[in-house]
Amino acid sequence: METSTSISRKNARVGDTVLMVLIYGSAFLVVAILLAMIGYIMVKGLPLVNWEFLTTKESVLKGTHGILPNIINTIYIIVLTILFATPLGVGGAIYLCEYAHQGRLTQLIEFTTETLSGIPSVVYGLFGALFFNSMMKLQYSILSGCLTLTIMILPIIVTTTRESIKSVPMDYREGAMAMGAGKWYVIRTIILPSSFSGILTAIILAIGRIVGESAALIFTAGIGTTLMKTTSLSAILGHAKTSGATLTVQLYQYMLKGQNEYAYAIAAVLMVIVLAINLLTRLMIRGMKSKAQ
Amino acid sequence: MKQTMKTKAFIEKFMEILFAVCSFSAVAAVGLIIVYMLGIGSPAIAQIGLFDFLFGTTWAPASSTNPQFGILPMILSSIYGTCGAILIGVPIGLLTAIFLANVASERVSSIMRPVIELLAGIPSVIYGLIGMVVIVPTVAKIFSEQTQFNGGATMLSAILVLSVMVLPTIISVSETALRAVPQDYEQASLALGATKAQTIFKVLVPAARSGITAGVVLGIGRAIGEAMAILLVSGNVVNMPGLFTSVRFLTTGIVSEMGYAEGLHRQALFAIGLVLFIFILGINVALYFFVKKGVGKNNGN
Repeated sequence: METSTSISRKNARVGDTVLMVLIYGSAFLVVAILLAMIGYIMVKGLPLVNWEFLTTKESVLKGTHGILPNIINTIYIIVLTILFATPLGVGGAIYLCEYAHQGRLTQLIEFTTETLSGIPSVVYGLFGALFFNSMMKLQYSILSGCLTLTIMILPIIVTTTRESIKSVPMDYREGAMAMGAGKWYVIRTIILPSSFSGILTAIILAIGRIVGESAALIFTAGIGTTLMKTTSLSAILGHAKTSGATLTVQLYQYMLKGQNEYAYAIAAVLMVIVLAINLLTRLMIRGMKSKAQ
Repeated sequence: MKQTMKTKAFIEKFMEILFAVCSFSAVAAVGLIIVYMLGIGSPAIAQIGLFDFLFGTTWAPASSTNPQFGILPMILSSIYGTCGAILIGVPIGLLTAIFLANVASERVSSIMRPVIELLAGIPSVIYGLIGMVVIVPTVAKIFSEQTQFNGGATMLSAILVLSVMVLPTIISVSETALRAVPQDYEQASLALGATKAQTIFKVLVPAARSGITAGVVLGIGRAIGEAMAILLVSGNVVNMPGLFTSVRFLTTGIVSEMGYAEGLHRQALFAIGLVLFIFILGINVALYFFVKKGVGKNNGN
């Protein structure tokens, strides 16, 4: 009896069971932590989010709180930063994929790109405060924040775009080249359209990073809450020169002041945005994959 | 005809140069960051004295009679906190990665993976908020005797927050590494009579070692660079690190004083940034080394 079991069945070891329990337990714990976090923020924050909170600015006179300036600042910073960073990042990725020869130079570019993605936000904040606020005399301004974030999200755009350009089949290029097309023509008519969804994914990933950023913005874009004037184009553009707090920075300000209820409310708004961005990224990547197949 | 050929050649050359300039922007940015951080930070270090700066134990930058700029407590706190976060985060992260790569069905992993990505997408200020209203009071309650003077805003609370924040990095990098191990290894091990657990821990994990190490190194980078999540959780007092003492990290030291610092004090904060930057650079070099070694090894197989 004993011998037959040892051949047909592997010995059930106590150690094995413990390890398997630990594996299942860890996976369960990670999911539980995330669900608890989302649940906690939603339960505490969502009841405080109402139309007035989303569409007005803070009024000391009326004693009301509103985050409209912060919502506008966040969108403003996202748009401007993406406008700055996308051409740079996509251009850089094109150079690395289509022009550069593997060598010292590309290694240097790759290494510095990796270094940029590892630099802590605080250090970006310090650098931005020093270079953009002081040296370039931008003071605390949304523009300064955007320029700082442009450097910060550059690696995301370069790396993601590069992956999608790499996946464009070599035949496409060779076919076009054989018909006498120049490199720029190939890039414009074949490479860029084929990797469009990859570039879009890069942009969405970068938006996710910008939405969550705070440390790099406090010292550059500052904590202003002036509502953007929409009377003329120059007023809208001029908003870049004013100090402006994003949602995350405002959340932190409320935490500092001990007004946790408003912090919860912003956290809930942020959580909804993050969930939406996450969903969008997944849909994009799935779309890319199905297209590739 | 000749003219158009010339313009075409010109446009080709022009675009190539334009793209080259774009790709060089990362190099320029890193160069600028290094130059400016060094330019402001190093004179401050020279004025304070390298030894007094790095190994001084008193941080009293605003003192009018005898300002002191010793950042040893912050350096040690950053290292302590990072080690703590890694100590908790790596086992949980690695076990979860094993679950995703080798234990769970494809369906379960495909549902769980985005959940873990979401963990990486949550802004650090939200981690800070939850840390402040949930973790700090919990720590204060459980360790009421040890935390009676700081109300739970301690190193332990910061470590707990950080250990959750490093999870997504460790999990996703380790899972990728585990999935890259050739299936033959697993099948051969099982065929030889090893159990599932033996196969995982004696064959698959060692084979994915370099990738897992890269994940841990990335996690270290994330933990040491985090500021907003732990600023209000750790008590923000310059102390030598201890599990139940209020501490200030290199990152939180910068954030908490940058708003009002002037003169040498402000420069000293840049010097702290420089120290942080050097830490990160070291981590990046280590990462480059591990990844390269890993690639070389896989090619060897």
